[in-house]
Amino acid sequence: MAVAAPTGEPTIDALSQFKLAPVGFMGSAVNFTQANLLMVIGAGLVLALLYYGSRPRAVVPGRLQAAAELSYDFVYNMAVDQIGPEGKRFFPFVFTLFFFVLMGNLLGLVPFSFTYTSHIAVTAALALLVIVIVTVVALAEHGWTFFTYFFPSGAPVFLAPLIVPIEIISYLSRPVSLSIRLFANMVAGHVMFAVFATFVVMLGGHSLVGSIAAIGPVAINVVLIGFELLVAALQAYVFAILTCIYLHDAVHLH
Amino acid sequence: MDVAAATKLGAGIAVIALAGVGIGIGNIFSALVTSIARNPSARDQVFGLGILGFALTEAVALFALLIAFLILFT
Repeated sequence: MAVAAPTGEPTIDALSQFKLAPVGFMGSAVNFTQANLLMVIGAGLVLALLYYGSRPRAVVPGRLQAAAELSYDFVYNMAVDQIGPEGKRFFPFVFTLFFFVLMGNLLGLVPFSFTYTSHIAVTAALALLVIVIVTVVALAEHGWTFFTYFFPSGAPVFLAPLIVPIEIISYLSRPVSLSIRLFANMVAGHVMFAVFATFVVMLGGHSLVGSIAAIGPVAINVVLIGFELLVAALQAYVFAILTCIYLHDAVHLH
Repeated sequence: MDVAAATKLGAGIAVIALAGVGIGIGNIFSALVTSIARNPSARDQVFGLGILGFALTEAVALFALLIAFLILFT
């Protein structure tokens, strides 16, 4: 993070942590980077939790089974509360999305690992998937009446030239805001870690007073880790619940 | 003006948006506290909504912060 400049003074190099690097002996041949490795690990962890958690099928669940059941119930309730009874159909999609994003955010907080949700390519692909599925569901459910979605019933007709473009723009800006929200949260958090970690190096390099003052940025980084744990869970929740709200709009049309 | 000075000033100006976000988050939590104080039994439903509003507002702050980081570090 802190790379010594030619003058000897360390400079803040906050963005190099997001650089992709091939891993493994075949890595560079198939462009298998550490982001892909972390995706595989994250998916494997979720699958392992569900597989080993649902194996015992005890009436009184153990810790692992309770964790698996809690996560299942949490996403199931979210989907059914937000979408309605039709939410059961979309539950697997929302569950997958929630845990993929959650694993990306949480695994990124492990030292020396990598946050794959900090790349706009990943979050934009997820958001585009969401918006394409929402549009396909809406068209399949309602056919051409889907397009009445852009003109709320009860609004005066002479306002149509104003309302329809606004509704279309707000519909099309959903994937943009959905992807940038997650990506910006992750990048901002990790840049903040790097900035405060560089402060430690800068202060510690000076004198005894600097070394003592360097306790400050270390303490801030410890607090930031806790805050980022909250943000990691919250952003996965927000991503999943916004998907649910969009699916609700697609199924019910306002 | 010197380019290095201009980038630092630009990054500073970019985060003025945080003032609005501060007001917004304050509004959300004041409304949350008021509604829970009026009807404590609604806490479970209202709390989720409040956290959702907080996350959506915080995202605006991060857009501004990200622009500042991009100005400073690229």
